[in-house]
Amino acid sequence: MSRISETFARLRSQGRKALIPFVTAGDPTQAATVPIMQSLVTAGADIIELGVPFSDPMADGPTIQRSSERALKNGTSLRNVLGFVSTFRQTDNSTPVVLMGYANPIEAMGYEAFTEAAASAGVDGVLVVDYPPEESEKLTMALRTKGIDSIFLLSPTSEESRIEGVGRLASGYVYYVSLKGVTGAANIDLSEVSGRLPMIRAHVNLPIGVGFGIRDGETARAIAGIADAVVIGSRLVQEIEASTPENVAANIGALVRSIRTAMDA
Amino acid sequence: MQMYDLPDRNGHFGPYGGVFVAETLIHALDELRTQYEKLRSDPAFIEEFEYELKHYVGRPSPVYHAKRLSQKCGGAQIWLKREDLNHTGAHKINNTMGQALVARHMGKKRIIAETGAGQHGVASATVAARYGMECVVYMGSEDVIRQSPNVYRMKLLGASVVPVESGSKTLKDALNEAMRDWVTNVEGTFYIIGTVAGPHPYPMMVRDFNSVVGRELLTQMPDVLGRQPDAILACVGGGSNAMGAFYPYIPHKEVRLIGVEAGGFGIATGKHAATLCAGKPGVLHGNRTYLMQDDNGQIIETHSISAGLDYPGVGPEHAWLKDTGRAEYVSVTDDEALEAFHAMCRLEGIIPALESSHAVAHAMKIARDMPKDKVLLVNLSGRGDKDMNTVAKHSGIEL
Repeated sequence: MSRISETFARLRSQGRKALIPFVTAGDPTQAATVPIMQSLVTAGADIIELGVPFSDPMADGPTIQRSSERALKNGTSLRNVLGFVSTFRQTDNSTPVVLMGYANPIEAMGYEAFTEAAASAGVDGVLVVDYPPEESEKLTMALRTKGIDSIFLLSPTSEESRIEGVGRLASGYVYYVSLKGVTGAANIDLSEVSGRLPMIRAHVNLPIGVGFGIRDGETARAIAGIADAVVIGSRLVQEIEASTPENVAANIGALVRSIRTAMDA
Repeated sequence: MQMYDLPDRNGHFGPYGGVFVAETLIHALDELRTQYEKLRSDPAFIEEFEYELKHYVGRPSPVYHAKRLSQKCGGAQIWLKREDLNHTGAHKINNTMGQALVARHMGKKRIIAETGAGQHGVASATVAARYGMECVVYMGSEDVIRQSPNVYRMKLLGASVVPVESGSKTLKDALNEAMRDWVTNVEGTFYIIGTVAGPHPYPMMVRDFNSVVGRELLTQMPDVLGRQPDAILACVGGGSNAMGAFYPYIPHKEVRLIGVEAGGFGIATGKHAATLCAGKPGVLHGNRTYLMQDDNGQIIETHSISAGLDYPGVGPEHAWLKDTGRAEYVSVTDDEALEAFHAMCRLEGIIPALESSHAVAHAMKIARDMPKDKVLLVNLSGRGDKDMNTVAKHSGIEL
């Protein structure tokens, strides 16, 4: 069983839901990334989504765009990100790490070299924002041979036939994007989400994470009531933006802890 | 003649093209593809499009023998396809007119567009005004400065122009921002992409609408010359004017197809936008194609004196034509393009766009070494009024 499946199995037996924070690797500095990851785990994160910075983050709003720009400015590459995961694994062998990013840095490295490096670094899942299922078969197969899960997005506009297709390819969990728009936009529509989840569950036999528009303990708690995992990104990245490299790990930890507490209450 | 029927069902030209977007856009692209597949073979739609091209755009555009320019070069004869004479001054309106009609058929009331030089923005604002649709144009803040006359033209036409401050503040960033708008307002909004790039069906659709250029040439050249030209030259940024001219000629193997990219300060300096000449394949803006990128797969900033060519990607069909050898791709520098620009002004009384000046420059370069009975057809994709500030500044003149 993969680390991601084990994590969900354990949470299920405890009657709890997964909290999945997203941060961009290399933001605000390369040195800060591993301490931030460790702080996320201490504060109650179950899985970490680590953003691979890209020069043209087409599906992201201004907050994550800026974090990508900061990370690129200090030279963070996909190879560096894999290095952060290796370092993190030296002290944490149980928390799953999912890389989230865009296709081109992976294509530049090559599927084979990437999956090889990701497996030896200890990466558990990969989510490529601009690889819909139709274009991702080769990478998905390459990842599968290394035991790495392929995480896919579903959206409010995904038709039933596509949901079925994602159900066939995906492993680990699927990520339901709860609103139309880019990351960090507007607020979540709970009734829309709860209306869609039964149809997704009918076709996807995996845990379902919900993200986009989750900004505080209250919305996280509401989502935890209907989904298997809560993904929170832009709000954390805002916190990183407002912190200094010295206090960033502590600040992020405090914010995640407050969300965890609200979810478990 | 050999059959050429790309792209395939999923928008692939060999390994290039495709649909590389986040799940949130898939439904909108499916809807567009379904509608467009229907419309492209619907006689009523084609008739409507052709009527607008004739009466609103002013087609067909003439072909013209640039005799004095040819004489100066002393070799092959240079002919021009006068897309600069279209309404709004460039080939761009062929595509925006087509897409506006598709938008109307789909019941969309709001148009968004990205623009580099501003020609596509102006052409989008024009058709939006023509059909009473709201229009928002995204433009890199660098380009807003470089192309200020076009910004004012868009505003006169009732469009709002949104300066984009992210990334390199040029065309690629305007495209990112337009995509973000589309994903947010996907229901009532139609995104008019201005070049033969982006996710399927855009590369095919934009090519189809611009291929009126090549179709006209196929009959015009035999009429005036008694035969087809020996080569067709066109500048390539994203590559829409080139694709429009090349596409109908793909089966005519005797006609060389030459795409001219922006060599900026020279390929060796790294400051250029010659994607096919010096880039390598990757994924950006919804399609797989050649890209200007570093070893880590990050897109790098490009440079060209012409804003319309200043783009780190290129249409996927050009990538395919390059790999198969059906088309050749070369580059000319800023200085060579400027030289051609001035030659056209003085010798032919035509002020060409700096983009098109790249194609003229390469024609002048190769004409010299060719016999006088050879014919080079340059797609003069746009006029240069918009470039007055850039050219004057380059000559040390403040307007």
